[in-house]
Amino acid sequence: MRSITLNVNGIDRPVPLDDDAMPLLYALRDTLALKGPKFGCGLGQCGACTVHVDGEAVRSCLLPAAEAVGHRITTLEGLGTPEAPHKVQAAFIAEQAGQCGYCANGMIMTAAALLARDPHPTEAAIRSELANNLCRCGAHERILRAVARAGA
Amino acid sequence: MSLSRRTLLRTATGLTVAFALPRAARASTKTVVSAEVDAYLAIAPDGAVTIYAGKVDLGTGARIALPQIVADELGADIARIALVEGDTVLTPDQGGTGGSTGIPVGAMTIRQAAATAREKLLGLAAAKLALPADALEAIDGEIRPRAGGAGVTFAALLAGADLDLKLDPKAKLKSPAEFRFIGKPLPRPDVRAKFTATHSYVQDHRVPGMLHGRVIRPPSQGAELLSVGETEIPGARVIRIRNFLGVVAATEWNAIRAARDLKTTWREVQTKASSDTLYTDIRATPVIREERLSGDGTPDFAAGRVLRASYAWPVQSHGSMGPSCAVADIRADGGTIWSASQGTHRMRRLFAGFLGLEPSKLRVIYMDGSGSYGTNGNDDAAADAALLSRAAGAPVRVQWSRQDELGWDPKGPPHILDLTGALDAAGSLTAWESIAYLPMNTPGLPGIPLLAVDAAGLAQAQGRSAGLLAGNADPPYSIPAHRTLIRWLDDTPWRPSNLRAPGKIANVFAVESFTDELAAAAGIDPLQFRLARMKHPRGAEVLRRAGAAMDWQSRPSPQQPDSTAKTLRGRGIAYVHYKQAENFVAMAMQVAVDRSTGGIRVERVICAHDCGLMINPDTVRAQVEGCILQTLSRTLFEETTYTGGRVTSTDWASYPILTMPDVPKLDIILIDRPNERPLGAGEAAAAPVAAALANAVFDATGIRLRRAPLTPARLKAAMA
Ligand code: FES
Ligand code: FES
Repeated sequence: MRSITLNVNGIDRPVPLDDDAMPLLYALRDTLALKGPKFGCGLGQCGACTVHVDGEAVRSCLLPAAEAVGHRITTLEGLGTPEAPHKVQAAFIAEQAGQCGYCANGMIMTAAALLARDPHPTEAAIRSELANNLCRCGAHERILRAVARAGA
Repeated sequence: MSLSRRTLLRTATGLTVAFALPRAARASTKTVVSAEVDAYLAIAPDGAVTIYAGKVDLGTGARIALPQIVADELGADIARIALVEGDTVLTPDQGGTGGSTGIPVGAMTIRQAAATAREKLLGLAAAKLALPADALEAIDGEIRPRAGGAGVTFAALLAGADLDLKLDPKAKLKSPAEFRFIGKPLPRPDVRAKFTATHSYVQDHRVPGMLHGRVIRPPSQGAELLSVGETEIPGARVIRIRNFLGVVAATEWNAIRAARDLKTTWREVQTKASSDTLYTDIRATPVIREERLSGDGTPDFAAGRVLRASYAWPVQSHGSMGPSCAVADIRADGGTIWSASQGTHRMRRLFAGFLGLEPSKLRVIYMDGSGSYGTNGNDDAAADAALLSRAAGAPVRVQWSRQDELGWDPKGPPHILDLTGALDAAGSLTAWESIAYLPMNTPGLPGIPLLAVDAAGLAQAQGRSAGLLAGNADPPYSIPAHRTLIRWLDDTPWRPSNLRAPGKIANVFAVESFTDELAAAAGIDPLQFRLARMKHPRGAEVLRRAGAAMDWQSRPSPQQPDSTAKTLRGRGIAYVHYKQAENFVAMAMQVAVDRSTGGIRVERVICAHDCGLMINPDTVRAQVEGCILQTLSRTLFEETTYTGGRVTSTDWASYPILTMPDVPKLDIILIDRPNERPLGAGEAAAAPVAAALANAVFDATGIRLRRAPLTPARLKAAMA
C-alpha cells in the first residue's frame, strides 16, 4: 500500500491508499475523520460532499484522492469554527438555514466559493450556482436568504 | 433496570444536547417508568435541568421547543436545560416520532411533568418561606415571592433529593399570559454545530474496532441467492446468512469495492408488475374489506348534473438526502445500536426479538441522521449493521448507497380515488361520494418487516403499515348527502411505510381538485364555493387570509386563456382540516405554464396555517416551508419507477426532486391561537399542496390534471 499526502485545511496529512480510484471523500471522512463533507450520492448529483480544492467548489465523491495531491483542500471545518464562523456559516446560523442540516455542507461550501468569485451575487446567480445542490427537507428559501445575506 | 443514569451518562456517546453550555446531565437511579416525573425531568444538585424525551428532533426544532416548554412550565433557567433524546436506556418510551405528534403528544407529557414538579417545588418553598404557595412563583430556577423579596433555588429546595413524584395529569398548566419562552422564535441549539462541522450525525459516528459494512441486495424483490464468489479486497470478508449477503472491511472504500466486485448469482422471481401498469394493477388488486369512513347517506346521483373523476398518486421514495446509516455492536450477551430511527424504543423491542437478546441487554441510542419524513431506510440499515456485527464479532457501520436508498427504502404507497358529485339546477352541491383504494394496514403490526431479517430467514412479524392513509378522503364541507368509502386492498407493489402526511396528500389532491371541478361546473369562484360550505370558523379564517394575501379576484375558473400567449398564468386554492380534527390550512398558488413545453413554474405560494398554540413560531414556519417545498417536489417531479421486480429510479437523475431554481416565493401566514391546544406542524401543510397546484394549472390552462406527478409531458399532451 502506498501513502499520499493531502494538504487539508492547511495541514499536510498522510493518507494510505491501496486503490488509486478511491475518491477524496473517503480520505477525508474515513481516513481523516472529518465530519464536514457528507456522503449523499457518490454520483456528483447532490453536492453534499462539496469541498474546496484550490478555492473552487469540487465534488469530493468523484475526485480521486490521488488527484488532489499537491492541491489545497479546504473542508467545512477549515472554513470557520463555531466561535469564529465564516461569513456564510454566520449567515446560515442567523437565518437558521437548515432543518436536518445534512445538505448544509454542500450549500455552504458552494456558496463560499461563489462569494469568493462574486462577492455580491444576484439572486439568480445564487440560485443557478446552487442548482445542483439538493435539499430534501425544504430549507431552500432560508438557504437562499442566508447566501444573499452573506453576499449583501 | 440495574444501571443507573449516573453510570450510563459517563459512558454515553449518544445525543445529549445542552441548550447553552454543555453540562453534565443529572444522575439518577430512577427507572424510566413513564408515570413518574423523573422519567422526563431531572434537577441536578446544582439546579441544572435535564429533559429526557422519548421522541426526537429530526431537524424539526423539538430541541428548542422542549426547553421552551420546560423553562416556562417548571420555571427553570432556560440557559441551564439539557436534553437527552431517544436513548432507550435514558428516556421513556413515548412512541415513535411521527404523525406530527412530537409536540401535541410527546411534549405535552413533558409539559405536564414539568407542571407537576413545579407544584411540588412551590409546596416545598411555601413551607420553607412560610408563605402560601399561591403567593409564590417559579422563575429562572427559583421559587420567589410574587410580592418580591428573596427566593429559594430549586437546588436548595431539593437538597440533592430526586424528584420522586407521580406525574399528575391534573397539575395546573400556566396560562398564555404567564409564558416567557413559549411563543418566542428562539434559535435552535444545534444549528451552529451543524453548520461548522462539529455536530456528529450517525453517519459520522465511529467506535473503536469498527468495521465498515455493505449489503449486497438482490437484483430484484424476492430473489434467491444461489452462489457467492470470494473477495480479493485486502482485509475484506464476505458474510452470508441465507439470502442476506454483506461484506465487512476495515476501510469504507474497501467495503464498497468488495461489495461492488463480488460475484453472485441469483434466482429471480418473475413478475409482470410495472410502474407503467400501476393503476390497472391497483384496480385488479383484491379488496379485503370496504369501510365507510364518514357520511351516513347513500348519495343520489340519479338527478342533477353529475361529475365523475378519478385521481391517482404514484409510488414515492422518502428520498432522504443522506442515505440510511447505522452503527451496531452486537455481542452474544447484549449490544448497542446507534441509529437515526424515528422509533428507537420500537427498534429495541423488535431487534431484541430477532437477535435473540433480552430487551434490557440491547441499547439503542438515537443520533441525528439526514432528515427523515417517516420510516425510511434507517431501521433497515440498523438491521443490516446488527446482523453483520454479530457475524463479524466487531462493531459494524453500514452506510447505504444512493441506489440502496431510492431502490430499497420503504415507499409511500400509491393510491387511487374515484369521486362523484352532483350539482342541482341552481349550481348547488347536493351529493358527494369518495371511494379510495388503499393498501390495508396489518392490525397491530409492531414495525415494518425489515429487509435483512427476511433475507436472513429470521422471524419477524409480517404485514404492512403505512400510517393513517384514509384521512381526508372525505370532503371538509357541508354537503346534503355524502359518503366516503375506503376499499382496503390486499397488496401494494412495494413495501410501504408512513411517508409524510401518509395518504393525506393524495386524498386532498383528489378531494380538493374535485371540489374545484364542481365549482367550475357550477360557474362559481372556487374560494366562494368553499366558504359557502365551510363547517369551521377557523377553516373560514385560513381561507380568507390566504385569499386576501393573494389578492384573490372572485371569478370562476378557468380564466379565458389568451390563445396567443406563450405563458399562461393561473391561481388556485385548496384547503384542509387535517384529519378532519387537527390543523386548519389554506394554500393558494400562482403558476405560469409554458405553452410550448407544458412546463409548470410555481411562482408564488401562500399558506395560511393554524396549528393552535405555537411553541416556537420560527420552527413552525420552517416545518411549513418544508411541507410546501417537499410536497411541491413530490407533486411536480417524483415517481418511483419499476419493472421486473426492481426499482429503476435509483438516482437523482431518474428520481428528480425540486432544485433551487424551482423554488417559488413563499408567503406563510401563521395564525397564533395561544388558548388552543398545540398541534404538530410537520405534516398538515403538505396535504393541500398538490391540489392548490393542480387547481392553478386548471385556472391557467383549462386542463385538469388528475395524476401525479404533474409532468410537462402530461400537461403538454393534454393541451395538444
Ligand atoms: S455525494 Fe458527491 S455529489 Fe452527492
Ligand atoms: S436541511 Fe435536510 S437536506 Fe437540507
